[in-house]
Amino acid sequence: MPFEALVAGCLLYVALMFGVAFAADRAASRGRAGWLDHPAVYTLSLSVYCSAWTFYGAVGYASRSGLEFATIYLGPTVVFTGAWWGLRRLVRVARRHHVTSIADLISARYGKSNRLAAFVTLIAVIAATPYVALQLQSVSLSFEVFATDSLADIPMAGGGGTALWVAGGLALFTILFGTRNLAADERHHGVVTAIALEAIVKLLAFLALGVFVVWGLADGPADMLSRIEAAATGHGGWLLKPDRWTALLVVSGAAVIALPRMFQVLVVEAADEDRLAVAGWAFPAYLFAMSLFVLPIAVMGQQLLPPDANPDLYVLTLPAASGQNWLAFLVFLGGFSAATSMVVVCTIALATMISNHWLVPLWLMLRRKPQSGDPEDLRGFVLNARRLAIGAVMAVGWVYYQATGGTAALAAMGLVAFTGMAQVLPAMIGGLVWRGANRHGAFAGVGVGFALWLAMIFLPSVGIGAPPSVPSGVDPLALAIFLSLALNTLAFIGLSIFGMPDPVERLQGLSFVSAVDPIRHSRMARGADQAEPLLVMARRVWGAEDALRFFQSEAAFQGRSGYLPDLTPRFLTRLERRLAGSVGAATAHAMIDSVAGGAELTVSDLMQVADEAQRAKEETQRLETARAELARTARQLREANDKLTALSVQKDAFLGQISHELRTPMTSVRAFSEILRTPDLSDADRDRFAKIIYDEAGRLTRLLDDLLDLSVLESGQAQLSVTPANLHDLIERALSAASATRPERVFRVDREPLAEYVGVITDPDRLLQVLINVISNARKYCDAEPPVLSIRVRRSLRGGVQIDIVDNGSGIEAARQSLIFEKFARLNDPARAGGAGLGLAICREIMANLGGDITYLPGQGGAAFRIALPRRPPVPANAGLRRA
Amino acid sequence: MPDRPLFLERASFRRRRLGDAARVLPVLAAALIVIPVWWVPEQASFAGGAVWLFGIWAALIAAIGVLHRALRRADAATLRASRDIAGDDDHAL
Repeated sequence: MPFEALVAGCLLYVALMFGVAFAADRAASRGRAGWLDHPAVYTLSLSVYCSAWTFYGAVGYASRSGLEFATIYLGPTVVFTGAWWGLRRLVRVARRHHVTSIADLISARYGKSNRLAAFVTLIAVIAATPYVALQLQSVSLSFEVFATDSLADIPMAGGGGTALWVAGGLALFTILFGTRNLAADERHHGVVTAIALEAIVKLLAFLALGVFVVWGLADGPADMLSRIEAAATGHGGWLLKPDRWTALLVVSGAAVIALPRMFQVLVVEAADEDRLAVAGWAFPAYLFAMSLFVLPIAVMGQQLLPPDANPDLYVLTLPAASGQNWLAFLVFLGGFSAATSMVVVCTIALATMISNHWLVPLWLMLRRKPQSGDPEDLRGFVLNARRLAIGAVMAVGWVYYQATGGTAALAAMGLVAFTGMAQVLPAMIGGLVWRGANRHGAFAGVGVGFALWLAMIFLPSVGIGAPPSVPSGVDPLALAIFLSLALNTLAFIGLSIFGMPDPVERLQGLSFVSAVDPIRHSRMARGADQAEPLLVMARRVWGAEDALRFFQSEAAFQGRSGYLPDLTPRFLTRLERRLAGSVGAATAHAMIDSVAGGAELTVSDLMQVADEAQRAKEETQRLETARAELARTARQLREANDKLTALSVQKDAFLGQISHELRTPMTSVRAFSEILRTPDLSDADRDRFAKIIYDEAGRLTRLLDDLLDLSVLESGQAQLSVTPANLHDLIERALSAASATRPERVFRVDREPLAEYVGVITDPDRLLQVLINVISNARKYCDAEPPVLSIRVRRSLRGGVQIDIVDNGSGIEAARQSLIFEKFARLNDPARAGGAGLGLAICREIMANLGGDITYLPGQGGAAFRIALPRRPPVPANAGLRRA
Repeated sequence: MPDRPLFLERASFRRRRLGDAARVLPVLAAALIVIPVWWVPEQASFAGGAVWLFGIWAALIAAIGVLHRALRRADAATLRASRDIAGDDDHAL
């Protein structure tokens, strides 16, 4: 393929990427980010892990060391098997705190310490810049493959021109799409979409090449396996070293979280943690697909290409040497994608760190009092700082590439970067799971790890100083990795145990470890009049429109109109976190403190926060109790009201009844006395009418007696003459007295005489009244044939007596059982009964006065009443006096 | 704040055990990948090792996929259940 066509195709591809990024950014800014947030896009963007070092280098690695190359992919796979509880938690916590980079995460966790963030940034820059140089080298090398005819004389460092062009183009792309605005969340839809597309190109290219190699050059998988076996036996380097194997697994697992570019796509660009449910298996699957054909390609390259060909370029030279120009071009685009996506994301991540943790704090320190006349100054400064940082990283990368002359040292840079960033991991993981971890521990751990990494891995890799001498049989890299990570962790834990975290740090520790919302102390809380300086400050960061929108929505949340909310702890926390999303936690904290005049948080404030939480909880509980109490009272009141209403109705009915009952005899008395006045009346009639009048007057008197009796009994002023009595005699008398009622009916009385010989202390006359009433009722209403009345006397447990009087009639239906003791409650035809309906009401009152009660017993096969007597009647308070 | 219940509904119990499985899986994965290389480096280094490694790898991917699917379903079920309970509470008031 002619070089010019290659360049043209390459430019077209770059234009496509610009177009895709532009379109995605536009869609996102119009709120149509639906498919941009799809888990598939997220998963594909994670493939930025597969940089050019892995795209080209994996085959070279495999041809030198065999299966060892797979550790670079297996480490992340193991980490992603824990995606559900590990990575999801990391993403959740980071999103909650609007974390912008791994340095920001660590700084936010350890008390918003900017020094810690600046230190982590330093490690990231030292580790990653040579890595960027490696990408530039791979792109320019891949150009050289097409520019030269002979494979053997590809120079390691191509003409600097290509790399310069690539670096310039990438810087332009990154600045265009990486620093468009200073959003409150550091998400770049355009960049992510473009690298997701590049991920597809990368994968397709590699798979196409793999299929071509296995089925085109070799004879299928079986043949491939035997070729691998043959290649391996003659190659001592392919024997896996267990210590190195393990160390590389650990380091690559750490790298997939801690590398700046990986943290950027994994955590910062994630909309939420749910997409990890898909990425958890899909990303390992992507890695699997990317590494499946690495060994076959390496083996075929060794067998088909001249021995002096660069193994790192087998992926390109193999199809080119086989005359597959289009495949070679596709592979070239895949490698180009791998390199560019890595460089773009890496520079964005590094630039965010550099601007947020180096340049902005420095600028704020130099200009303590910002000019109020230029509201946009900070926003502009941050964006320019990022652009500058992007340019600087790219330039340093290019210079590095030129200076090292593209030696093999660069190829080792991938692992060097991995091991460097892995030093941050103990502090990060410790901070997420251990509330006791503190800033001193983090500084010590990262510091010790960094120093060891510098001395044992980084400096030897760039040719400064010699690698440390190690005992024979031990792999120097594995030793360095284990030693640095072990001492790092030890220092981290040790100083955390002995150090004392400051209050801000303890608050943050709680928020990170428990994955709860951060709480801000309420010391600065005050009215809305103080909000204006904060608005001015937010305007400087986000621009007028965004700041106003945020303040307005917060004010609306508090129920205020206008743009100035009260400075509640909630508002301050939210403002700080949103600011942290733009300039980092440490800077945001410092800015809010400086504007709102926040005092240092003290331990007592911390206690106060805990107290407030406790108090809020107690208050809630108290309210809950009070509410239940109120509900109970309301229910009681409702019941009392219902009772009163019912009583009022009852009273009306009672009055009506009385009038009616009194009027009936009165009317006949009047009518017959009127007749008596007529002169021509026979003596017989006169006698008859006088008798009627006499009877009616008697009935009237009885009724009035009953009413009087009832009212006396109800008022509790009845005179009781309490004496001992024999119950048998009383029942005997009651039966004979009651036999006057409907004498025509002959009852069989079923009694247990022996049980009836019970002495009771009570008012015998009153009790007799009750017995007569109940027995007469039975005689009146029992409708069975032949009628049977059974009387049972039983001693109750507490020394009293129960008398059950049961007939064998049809009884009283359940609905009316509650009514029978009411006044004027007559169940049947009044004419037949012939009473006023006060009998049972009086019985009930009498029994109440005697200290017992009378109840209806349902389910006895007829009407059944139980009269319960206590051992002795209650003595009224004035009883003694009256007797005296 | 209500005390933690001593025993859980069937759905929540399932969900917890799936969570345990998700915690065990990385350990299992690491063991399967690391142990053969320490134990029999010669056999693990060449074609046989490659077959073993890629086989484990594919199995792991499938296991994660199945597990995450089950976890998501269990989570959704638990969420529904807790919503139902909350709804009942509202009626009770």
